[in-house]
Amino acid sequence: MSFSQKTLKGAKVGHFKNTENCPSTAMPIPAEVCISMSQHLGPPCKPTVAKGDLVKVGTVIGDSDAFLSAPVHSSVSGTVKDITEIVTANGARSQVVIITTDGEQTVDENVKPPVVENHPDFVKAIRASGLVGLGGAGFPTHIKLNPRNLSEVDTLVVNAAECEPYITSDYRTIIERPQDILDGIAAIKKYLAITQVKIAVENNKPQAIELLRRMTADDSSIEVVSLRAIYPKGAEKVTTFETTGRMIKDGQLPADVGVIVNNITSVAFIGQYMRTGMPLVTKCLTVDGGAIAEPKNVIAPIGTRYKDVVAFCGGYKCPPKKLLMGGPMMGIAVFSDEYPVLKNNNALLALDESQTVVYPENPCIRCGRCLHACPFQLMPRAIEMAADNHNVDRLKKLNVMLCMECGCCSYVCPAKRNLTFTNKMAKQQVRASMPKK
Amino acid sequence: MATNVTNQAQNTAAETTPKLMITPSPHVKDSITTQDIMFTVLVGLFPALLAAVWYFGMRALIVTLVSVIACIAFEWLFNMVVKKDQTVKDLSAMVTGVILAFNLPSTIPLWMVVVGAFIAIVVVKCLFGGIGTNFANPAATARIFMLVSFATPMTTWTAPRGVDASATATPLSLIASGETDKLPSLMQMFIGQRGGSMGETCAIAIILGGAFLLYKGIISWHIPVSMLASVFVFALLFGENPLYAILSGGVMIGAFFMATDYSTSPVTDTGKIVFGIGIGFLTMVIRSFCSYPEGCSFAILLMNILVPHIDSLTMTKPFGAIFEQKKG
Repeated sequence: MSFSQKTLKGAKVGHFKNTENCPSTAMPIPAEVCISMSQHLGPPCKPTVAKGDLVKVGTVIGDSDAFLSAPVHSSVSGTVKDITEIVTANGARSQVVIITTDGEQTVDENVKPPVVENHPDFVKAIRASGLVGLGGAGFPTHIKLNPRNLSEVDTLVVNAAECEPYITSDYRTIIERPQDILDGIAAIKKYLAITQVKIAVENNKPQAIELLRRMTADDSSIEVVSLRAIYPKGAEKVTTFETTGRMIKDGQLPADVGVIVNNITSVAFIGQYMRTGMPLVTKCLTVDGGAIAEPKNVIAPIGTRYKDVVAFCGGYKCPPKKLLMGGPMMGIAVFSDEYPVLKNNNALLALDESQTVVYPENPCIRCGRCLHACPFQLMPRAIEMAADNHNVDRLKKLNVMLCMECGCCSYVCPAKRNLTFTNKMAKQQVRASMPKK
Repeated sequence: MATNVTNQAQNTAAETTPKLMITPSPHVKDSITTQDIMFTVLVGLFPALLAAVWYFGMRALIVTLVSVIACIAFEWLFNMVVKKDQTVKDLSAMVTGVILAFNLPSTIPLWMVVVGAFIAIVVVKCLFGGIGTNFANPAATARIFMLVSFATPMTTWTAPRGVDASATATPLSLIASGETDKLPSLMQMFIGQRGGSMGETCAIAIILGGAFLLYKGIISWHIPVSMLASVFVFALLFGENPLYAILSGGVMIGAFFMATDYSTSPVTDTGKIVFGIGIGFLTMVIRSFCSYPEGCSFAILLMNILVPHIDSLTMTKPFGAIFEQKKG
């Protein structure tokens, strides 16, 4: 399990944490929400309500029998207006439940603190809460908390690196809800028999580190690890390696090296959920970018359309050129501000003209910057050439499947080559060559 | 079909909101461009140019200008003739022009400079695909071509300013001919008071420029350090003064500005060290055992040929990759 270097490389990306001092504020309930059935990694949920049904805050409106899934709850009280389809940011179709709100925000009578006595109860409760990884990937949390090798898992890594530029929603969670975080950690420690906890924070958030260290001073099992703020310290494999020294190999899950990794906002949610029983119905997201009049951290009901979120932030101060779901390094460009807030949304960025300059691609000059920026020491240029030649054997030899598409190679390339995108396409080539299951 | 769906959605979206751009992530990029890198290299070459003009007069400047203009013109013409996108604005041709000029004596007839530029840019660079794809160092190859073709003008040296006019031979040719009593002192070597090609003589100017490139992150330490160390060690082994070996001939400019050429050097750190050691070794072998007094450009060219092999033998071991155990 050795690796030649102690810390992984990355790119020195500007932080732009403009909103770090903006307290998260709840936005007014919009007239209509559009709740997607596809809010997690895995097969989408099926709607469990019909047109015309009355729903309350916390009512289950979608669920699935699939292993990799989490239920979806209504974030508002109101009437189901329609069940329809939208095209998601990645071009696939997804079912959505459109709810006309009544403004009352009546809470569903089933919402009550979960009764948890042991590990299976805990996993069941977390599934019922609809929690998915709030850091961005949207992996259903109850599956993470229920590893096959439970007895071998000894470490909880709480990921608060928040390495993406602009985003400060996790930082606000730390500053505003430290007790929820501690409660969440305590719950996971208790039911999973965790012996050590590492909270990973990038060193560009000294106040958060100081606060967490103060709050955990009397608990020797919890260590707040300050990471050098070089993107992407928040990537799961990177965070795990830098906090525990354990390397998650190709095809492994963190649990395979005895680690559970959870985003800090997910952990805070667990703490809050154990107390209140309110499922995941709101999400704090950083709204920023050159086209936003008043950048801030907004607590939005899940399913709020982006245009309503933007309106709460003073609207656009100039025509937006690009709307990003997530941060600028890994976020997805969406084609409309009709698109709804998802559970794993941590930012909404509206970029203006100057932030969306498209550079022409120039020939590679073999400077090696991509190779030296890659946290996993992949060779993006070599992958690009192999992908151009459709040489799948070479792609496999170059371990392209390890690429997590963090964007460092594209970021540093002086010839402005879209290496990350090429890697993504190269992974497609390798997948296509594999025998279908 | 998925594309159609997206298009439809885009059309409906366009009615309500201004058209939004869809691009793959990442959505931010570092501001550095190829042009910036080449400009920085030019800045790094500037101290050596000043030294060349100081020691060899305005003629040095004229040779440099002719070389640069010829290189840019050849690249521009080539791209025009073969209908390729113009690449002259990336400044790489300018860098080649300056380095080529630095490899020539200041007295060289100007038409020969133009021939050298043709070899460097058209034959070595553009015919092999242009920037980033040429396997041989353009300046080093052009120098060798000129050395073989124009042997006398390429080895006729004038004395630099401040040096006795009779001491016009290069230190290496003095060593080769056994006239060691006429050799300049180490200090003179360091500040450039010796015969030689106009840009290679002043070690301090080259080190200054090289340090600037290292500081700017344009080159890494691996090639210069391994190459200089290798020259030092092999000079010791072959019974020569190691410091003298480093300061003479084209070793200094080779280590900082020629061997570090991106296109013709390995991309991995280990590969760069292997490459540097190889150049140092070959340089000393040629100097000590061959009929040419100087071998740095030959060494660079020979190692250029090995770069693809060095690259594939020093491929990185990615984080988390699973390697098949060799059964033995």
